[in-house]
Amino acid sequence: MITKDVKEQLIQVSGPENFDDSNAGRLVYSYDATPQYQSMPDAVIAPRNTDEISRILTICSEHRVPIVPRGSGTNLCGGTCPTEGGLVLLFKHMNQILEIDEENLTATVQPGVITLDMIRAVESKGLFYPPDPSSMKISTIGGNINENSGGLRGLKYGVTRDYVIGLEVVLANGDIIRTGGKLAKDVAGYDLTRLFVGSEGTLGIVTEAIVKLVPKPETKKTLLALYENIDAAAQTVSDIIAAKIIPATLEFLDQPTLLVIEDYAKIGLPTSAKAVLLIEQDGPFETVERDMEKIEAICKKGDAVSVQTAQTEEEAFALTEARRSALSALARLKPTTILEDATVPRSEIANMVKAINDIAAKYDISICTFGHAGDGNLHPTCTTDIRNKDEMERVEQAFAEIFEKAIELGGTITGEHGVGEMKAPYLEMKLKKEGIDAMKALKAAFDPRNILNPGKMFAKDARKRVVAER
Amino acid sequence: MTTEKEMKQIQNEFKERMDEGELLNCMRCGFCLPSCPTYIESGFQETHSPRGRIALMKAVADGMIEPDEDVERSLSLCLGCRACEPVCPSGVKYGQLLEEARDIIHQNKKHSLGERVMRKTAFHELFPHQNRMRSAVSLIGLYQRSGLQTAVRKSGMLRVLPEHLRTMEAVLPDVPKSKDMKHRPRFLPSIGPMKKRVAFFSGCLMDTMFLPTNNATLKLLQLAGCDIVIPPEQACCGALHGHSGEKNTGKELAKQNIAAFEALDVDAVITNAGGCGAFLTEYDHLLKDDPEWSERAAAFVQKLKDFSSVLVELDFHQMDLALETPQVVTYQDSCHLRNVMHTSLEPRQLLKSIKGAEFKEMEKADSCCGSAGIYNIVEVEMSMKILDSKMAAVKATEAILIVTANPGCLLQMKLGIEREGLSGKVRAVHLADLLLEAAGHKTS
Repeated sequence: MITKDVKEQLIQVSGPENFDDSNAGRLVYSYDATPQYQSMPDAVIAPRNTDEISRILTICSEHRVPIVPRGSGTNLCGGTCPTEGGLVLLFKHMNQILEIDEENLTATVQPGVITLDMIRAVESKGLFYPPDPSSMKISTIGGNINENSGGLRGLKYGVTRDYVIGLEVVLANGDIIRTGGKLAKDVAGYDLTRLFVGSEGTLGIVTEAIVKLVPKPETKKTLLALYENIDAAAQTVSDIIAAKIIPATLEFLDQPTLLVIEDYAKIGLPTSAKAVLLIEQDGPFETVERDMEKIEAICKKGDAVSVQTAQTEEEAFALTEARRSALSALARLKPTTILEDATVPRSEIANMVKAINDIAAKYDISICTFGHAGDGNLHPTCTTDIRNKDEMERVEQAFAEIFEKAIELGGTITGEHGVGEMKAPYLEMKLKKEGIDAMKALKAAFDPRNILNPGKMFAKDARKRVVAER
Repeated sequence: MTTEKEMKQIQNEFKERMDEGELLNCMRCGFCLPSCPTYIESGFQETHSPRGRIALMKAVADGMIEPDEDVERSLSLCLGCRACEPVCPSGVKYGQLLEEARDIIHQNKKHSLGERVMRKTAFHELFPHQNRMRSAVSLIGLYQRSGLQTAVRKSGMLRVLPEHLRTMEAVLPDVPKSKDMKHRPRFLPSIGPMKKRVAFFSGCLMDTMFLPTNNATLKLLQLAGCDIVIPPEQACCGALHGHSGEKNTGKELAKQNIAAFEALDVDAVITNAGGCGAFLTEYDHLLKDDPEWSERAAAFVQKLKDFSSVLVELDFHQMDLALETPQVVTYQDSCHLRNVMHTSLEPRQLLKSIKGAEFKEMEKADSCCGSAGIYNIVEVEMSMKILDSKMAAVKATEAILIVTANPGCLLQMKLGIEREGLSGKVRAVHLADLLLEAAGHKTS
């Protein structure tokens, strides 16, 4: 609840034009990209600078108003859905690239910067920011930091966490702190930078970030390997890694996913194949050539029926672009797409793909699988219809089993999408009670009044639900 | 104001009429956001984005919120440019949802007397009747030719109009003479060997205010080898009605047009205005629940093509096309031609084939110019913001010729040229007029 008094205080901080508690204004921030989650906030605020955020947090803390930071609302774990109401905090005024430092190879950015805009800005200076979540055209850096987003280049280059080296954060009590810096080495105190990355807005509000950049790779080559048999494709993934080659991208797509993507993108994907691998290598010309030759040989040895190399940069771009649309394109099949990102050690990828297909058959549901197979991060996606209660129940059970299988294979319940509210009930499966307790102690230290994105990360009760009715 | 009773009625109709499956189809990924001009120009307000609008429609249908003024504002500020559709991986038919929602709101709201009179005059008395369109447009012609325009401009009377309407007055094309609008051909033979037999959709404004462009289009088609049938029974396409919540009149016009064209033995039905073409293309959706007409509509839609597609099919771009003075040329997509008729390569291919025309793509040529039917008259502020961004992109190309493929866009570009003080330096033309100029023929 935001009382009249609190509302007035908030308006005083950010101005009436940046505060909205109308029905329509609240409704459009009542959701993110996670199916099944919707809840009205009490109001929406768009502060103009860090100082305003500090004052907002002081007010919210005093009056125990929940606060949910939100970039573009593309996350997939219910992380930015204001399930306990309160105030949604927008970063549309804090969307500047403050600096690209070509001597230290860093960029300093505000949280509202669109990921792709930053990638383009640094690339125009011959630099490279590798994390490339599929939503990068829309997602914000602030969102990426809070969710520790991955992407197609995670295999070789790592994820958001590996590039964030400094943060400005506003704490729940309104204090403004700075962590890290433009430093390659820094062991002064606890590594709060890494703690805040992926904290899903539950520990503090990120208001500025310094990210590390690397030189832009000289060349890039892309190929598609086609398979008649899903297991053979999955096995090739492990074979490539075992041959000590680390491609920039190693994506897996099964036939149903290929079909819907082609329906949308119309770029001539080989829809008759049962599965394909999309493989990209970058680096110096000679290395790329050598690696791609080896990869091609491994694919063929592993029963690939054909291997097609993209002839132009445009063709290669079209392939990766198409891959990025996979999740949304799957909504063409059925109205509801429930996606997971169970992740296993990459040597287990073939076992995991097989297990997913067995589980789908067991519960008589349709699961399409695509994902960053090279780093063990798959996205089994169930195409279903929330209006079909019976099927939704089976989807629930199937996903629980997929999580169990992932853990059994030494994996995790989420590789890059985050816990949020959606996977909170499963967190204990991965961390055990002691692990959860340690994390809860951290949360209590940073946010004693539990106002920062409450209801996320930790489940309220033991009921295990992924697609909970609300 | 919307009364409580009206809101209830609107809410009920949302429940009944909005396509639930289509609303659910939006999985809220947000891939549409960067393509939406109103989202960007409003400073990234989700209420003015496609994802936000669909969420609002769904929330009203689900009974989560009432269809209050803010919901209505969100829907009325949409340009209807449909740039969100080609970028939607889930394939949500946003335009259809928007049209249905607007129709529900308009049908259940008591408009003010002034608005009622305006809507009745425009949507029922004027556009559906080509003879009345001719008379109305002739009045403008009389104004322009009688010396009245000069007198009015000199007298300073126009100063009482808001600035954008004053500029609009200045950019209206010189209207053809009444008798030229009245005596239209019914058949034109190909010039040279006949390769295709086509029918031509004239359009209400295109065949009056923009008559020379229609004549140019016909001449180009003849030159490309088309025998052209122009059935006099055809009517206004109904787009203005459909987009403004007057769906029923739109349906009547659709039936009249299908009947006028279906019996003709032709390979294609040709349009030269993206706005009309797009609405014609969706006659099958408009009449999908009408058993007598749905199949006939589907057959009609199959034959629709923009003139640029047919010209490319017939290798018109291989002909000797040249401009007298070399100049930099840029192209502004017609949103509906691009996003609904999926025609964007052909106009560019034709432009690139003109010697002396150096084609330069402007940034975001695929984004709306802010014309959007009558949007630039009813939503001036947003329209002008969008236009100003557009003109910045035009200027960056240093083009002195802006080519468009729809009358609304053409006027808006002319308005942009005026606003930027570029008149006399930059001109805006319809693709057909330019092509005819390049083919060395004067518009008759």
